[in-house]
Amino acid sequence: MNHEAPMLENALGLEWLDFNLSNVLMMLIASVIVFIVAVAATRSLERRPKGFQNFMEWLIDFVKGIISSNMDWNVGRLFLPLGLTLFTYIFVSNMLGVVTIFAPHHVLWWKSPTSDPGITLTLAVMVVVLTNYYGVKMRGANEVGKDFMRPLPFLLPFKIIEEFSNTLTLGLRLYGNIYAGEILLGLLAGITSAGILGFLGGVIPMLAWQAFSTFVGFIQAFIFTMLTMVYMSHKVSSDH
Amino acid sequence: MQTFTNMLVLGAEGGLNLGDMIVQLVLFIVLLALLKKFAWGPFMNMMKEREDYISNEIDTAEKSREEAQRMQREASEELKKTRQDAQKIIEDARKTATQQEQSIIQSARTEADRMKENAKQEIVQEKEKAIQSLKDQVASMSVMIASKVIEKELSKEDQDHLIQQYISEAGEER
Repeated sequence: MNHEAPMLENALGLEWLDFNLSNVLMMLIASVIVFIVAVAATRSLERRPKGFQNFMEWLIDFVKGIISSNMDWNVGRLFLPLGLTLFTYIFVSNMLGVVTIFAPHHVLWWKSPTSDPGITLTLAVMVVVLTNYYGVKMRGANEVGKDFMRPLPFLLPFKIIEEFSNTLTLGLRLYGNIYAGEILLGLLAGITSAGILGFLGGVIPMLAWQAFSTFVGFIQAFIFTMLTMVYMSHKVSSDH
Repeated sequence: MQTFTNMLVLGAEGGLNLGDMIVQLVLFIVLLALLKKFAWGPFMNMMKEREDYISNEIDTAEKSREEAQRMQREASEELKKTRQDAQKIIEDARKTATQQEQSIIQSARTEADRMKENAKQEIVQEKEKAIQSLKDQVASMSVMIASKVIEKELSKEDQDHLIQQYISEAGEER
């Protein structure tokens, strides 16, 4: 399990710019899959939906449900594309690592992009920044600023800490779940490929763990989207 | 940088790579924009369109239901009126028929009475006529019989005497 990451360090001669090429590759793959699937579903839109369109509309209604359980739909409709993209991208990313892990010459190329803390934290930071941005845009900087001192002014430091802790927990929760799943999948894969006995012993736990990882991947994508909308509603709705 | 990431060893494959973060951010924003334009937009439009269509259809259905109800009410009123008219016509016809019947019976009865009266009168007349002629015949026959009887037994004087007597008696009786 001591795989190395295909690093590209100090890119373009800049000392602070490091790339994990595996992450870059997997992010691209996940994005392309999401894009192709979503666009393919729009090819034959009909008023009377069937097949794939039904599934996509179920997905849209699902995310719509997440949003409208947190805020008024008149405000929430703005965040539907964000929620849908987050959900589908994170779900597909999680699944990529469940389907297979590919590490030729002990260099880990194929994995979930979401099993890297940097990536999940990037998404989390983006979400928290967006919530503040939309809060300011919809209610004005004054209101959002005052929210930090509600219900009592001495809560200001805690509220500021909360913003950062929200970011950290949002990102690390996703990362931890997916990374742990991947570690165990990797170990099980090692057992099953070790020999006939190892295969017999490992194949059933492997199947079970893959099923569970699929479930976890779905749940984590759901939680990430849900929490995004919860934070968003804290910022954009005044009645909280 | 590597020393910094090694301090924050969060995963076996390395820590926080700024490059990855930038790539992720850019990729996600690009993906969001593309999906919004090419996937979620058309989907939401289609769902909106369907919503509008359904609500239109519901409105139309509501309207035509009301129309149908109105027409049905009209039709049933019409039917009721027609039925009443028919009833009235039948009633009138029955009344007229009864009147005609009465008048026909009346006139028939009058006619019959008249004819009966006529017949009665005629009978009385005939009877009187018959009685008259019978009387006449009886009188002449009795005269003949009497003359035959008297011819044999009476003399001329007695005959005359008797005749005179009868004539006088007849005159008295009359």
